[in-house]
Amino acid sequence: MTASFEESGQGAGPPRSAFFPTRRLGSVGPGMSGAALLVTFGACLPIGFILWVAIQTGWPTVSALVFRPRVGELLVNTLLLVAFTLPLCIFFAVALAWLTERSDLPAARLWSWLIVAPLAIPAFVHSYAWVSFIPSLNGLFAAVLVSTLAYVPFLYLPIAATLRRLDPALEEAAASLGHAPARVFLKVVVPQLRLAICGGGLLVALHLLAEFGLYVMVRFDTFTTAIVAQFQSAYNGPAANMLAGVLALCCFSFLGLEILVRGQERYARVGSGAARALPAAPLRRWTAPTLAALAGWVALAVGVPVVTLSGWLVHGGASVWSATEMTPALFETLLFASLGGALATLAAIPIAWLSIRAPGRIQRLVEGLNYVVGSLPGVVVALALVTITVRIAMPLYQTVATVLLAYVLLFLPRAIVSLRASLAQAPVELEQAAASLGRSPTNALWTVTVRLAAPGAAAGMALVALGIVNELTATQMLAPNGAQTLATAFWAHASELDYAAAAPYAVLMIILSLPLTVLLYAQARRSPGH
Amino acid sequence: MKLFLRWIGAAAGLLAATTLATAQDSTGILVYNAQHVSLTQEWAAQFTKETGVKVTLRNGGDTELGNQIVQEGANSPADVFLTENSPAIALVDSAGQLAPLDQQTLALVPESYRPSSGRWIGIAARSTVFAYNKASLKTEDLPKSLLDLADPKWKGRWAASPTGADFQAIVSALLELKGEDVTSKWLKAMKENVKPFQGNNAAMKGVNTGQVDGAVIYHYYYFGDQAKTGENSQNVGMHYFKNRDPGAFVSVSGGGVIASSKKKDQAQAFVKWIVGKGGQTILRTGNSFEYAVGKDEASNPKLPALVDLQAPTVEPAKLNSKKVTELMIGAGLL
Repeated sequence: MTASFEESGQGAGPPRSAFFPTRRLGSVGPGMSGAALLVTFGACLPIGFILWVAIQTGWPTVSALVFRPRVGELLVNTLLLVAFTLPLCIFFAVALAWLTERSDLPAARLWSWLIVAPLAIPAFVHSYAWVSFIPSLNGLFAAVLVSTLAYVPFLYLPIAATLRRLDPALEEAAASLGHAPARVFLKVVVPQLRLAICGGGLLVALHLLAEFGLYVMVRFDTFTTAIVAQFQSAYNGPAANMLAGVLALCCFSFLGLEILVRGQERYARVGSGAARALPAAPLRRWTAPTLAALAGWVALAVGVPVVTLSGWLVHGGASVWSATEMTPALFETLLFASLGGALATLAAIPIAWLSIRAPGRIQRLVEGLNYVVGSLPGVVVALALVTITVRIAMPLYQTVATVLLAYVLLFLPRAIVSLRASLAQAPVELEQAAASLGRSPTNALWTVTVRLAAPGAAAGMALVALGIVNELTATQMLAPNGAQTLATAFWAHASELDYAAAAPYAVLMIILSLPLTVLLYAQARRSPGH
Repeated sequence: MKLFLRWIGAAAGLLAATTLATAQDSTGILVYNAQHVSLTQEWAAQFTKETGVKVTLRNGGDTELGNQIVQEGANSPADVFLTENSPAIALVDSAGQLAPLDQQTLALVPESYRPSSGRWIGIAARSTVFAYNKASLKTEDLPKSLLDLADPKWKGRWAASPTGADFQAIVSALLELKGEDVTSKWLKAMKENVKPFQGNNAAMKGVNTGQVDGAVIYHYYYFGDQAKTGENSQNVGMHYFKNRDPGAFVSVSGGGVIASSKKKDQAQAFVKWIVGKGGQTILRTGNSFEYAVGKDEASNPKLPALVDLQAPTVEPAKLNSKKVTELMIGAGLL
């Protein structure tokens, strides 16, 4: 124990040992490593199972199911969707972020709230609003339109945060060398946004791959909708599993692509003093047209859902608010969300703790694996869990435990990221002091470090819980008999075209999602050092 | 290590607590329901009121739930299976997972609406129809047969919901009546011609708004919408193919008791109740607009008489959902 105090107390750099350097961490280390490996093993189950099904199915069947025109069609559809939506999202996000952060736009804070607001509306509610607004809306155009409106905030938040923190000295240097403002923006500002664009872009791309409800509503087939269709006609047959395999590969290639594009450049600033506050670019005679364009954007992204939802609420009147149907759905949603949030945070503790206290190559691999699994669409994870439970773990079949496991797998990265940031701020010395005063290492960890990390844990829990509130596909496939959440109830009504009866569920989901939006907004606006 | 154990303990405790907290009510029967949720809810509520037996529903599609029961095998938690179409329940039957129904139950439904095995029974029926947009199609332009829709002149003009069990049941009737070659060719032509929608309701709405000229769906969507606001069917006309055409196929919804059920008496009672006076009355008076199949039970008076639809004779037990899925995957529709 004493040896470990001396070493880790120095705050030395990353250890050299490749494996978890847990010897230095006292008796807590092996337990944490064990727990981390257990969680990671659980997280890898879905991928493992897809492989296992593929091997069992045999190559001839696999190739017949994968290399067929329909899969090609789906691949083209999915890639076209990403190819159109992603650049549009990046363009709008950069433009909107520049306007709210770098120009003298009137009421910029209000506009930035309105730009983030669509986050509180589940994607499938966006498309429900659009198809009831324009019933004939369908196909690629509709898919791109609705996805762009729904997902721009994912890119806007990190880009706005980065723009706000840029050092104006760089731009001034470029300008003093004779570059025109537009060129300065392209050559100096945009490259500095690369990390934000890559990160947000990856998030959008993964959502495009995973979303189900949005594309069913506008009749656009992607891998995810095709897998659900296969599931609905053959349960967990090999055809659905093979499509899931291809979809998982798509996700992995986006992850790899992001790492390639992200590059290794340095973005940090060194030098004496701090960066100045940024000067606001004057819009002058462009102010009025800009305001009009922004109003147009907000009308499409927030106005259409709000107006159509209100329309359906008025149309449905009091009769659609059936307490007997809605109370259990609300109760089950809250139950799933709170338990799933708690479990995901619990599962995140060992991984987050190791990444702060014992970083190393294996640790990075373990952590990375969890992110990879978190990038998988709900339909893939659910399909794997259905197969596992029905074939070899029957007692867990159709139980709450399985649904919660799916949520943990899907949302674990959210919990890890939040918790890790908080743990990093909890000094190891306090834990050691507690131990030296006679607490057992475990006790010291729980009473000191875990307590200090509570704000991060709570934020992570909230993020997971709100992800669960809006989750549709996995919940639909795994829910216990008779269980219904707000999302599945909404979907059941909306797919019978009973739009009025679906509206109250959408409203409840939005109300539950508002805190998430506020939280994300506040997090992104936090300046460094505060 | 102690920490690891404590961590595991916490995780397991949380899981156990939730499982207990939400453990499914073990009284009453569990029905795997592929029928319209609102219809089965009405049946279940009335049955519970009369007998005191609680009914829990697991809702899903025909083939989804059928395949699910087969996968679950002897461990299936289901007590009763209700379908919209025959192929899914025939699938469960051929896996040996249905218990024989009581003679009294079988006696309530004419032989044409149940298989000779006596292991499942027709609970309702629905007719195939070509729903068309009255503004864009004149009566003389209507297809004479379902097979006509393979003609290139119908390219991009008709809709269906190929991923749904309803349409797949229609294809299974085509397969049974005309054989594999004709069906496979027709499906390939369909892939060229059809505009796929998710769900028959959405397909009818597409007809109504003029996105397509017509759609191959079942009859009750129209009557259901007319009984409500009519906003999704005001421009829609109903064309029955008749003439024993594959497109005049009448699909039999099935009900059966799962062989592994531990509550067979209650399950048998529920199936008997559905095909008896109670269940069939709900078909006649409710908003499902499906045909009643019980002996001497009339259907909703708003519907055209079932005998006038000149449906082809198809033995419901022979409909092959697996082959249909295969052919549709082959044609690129799934």
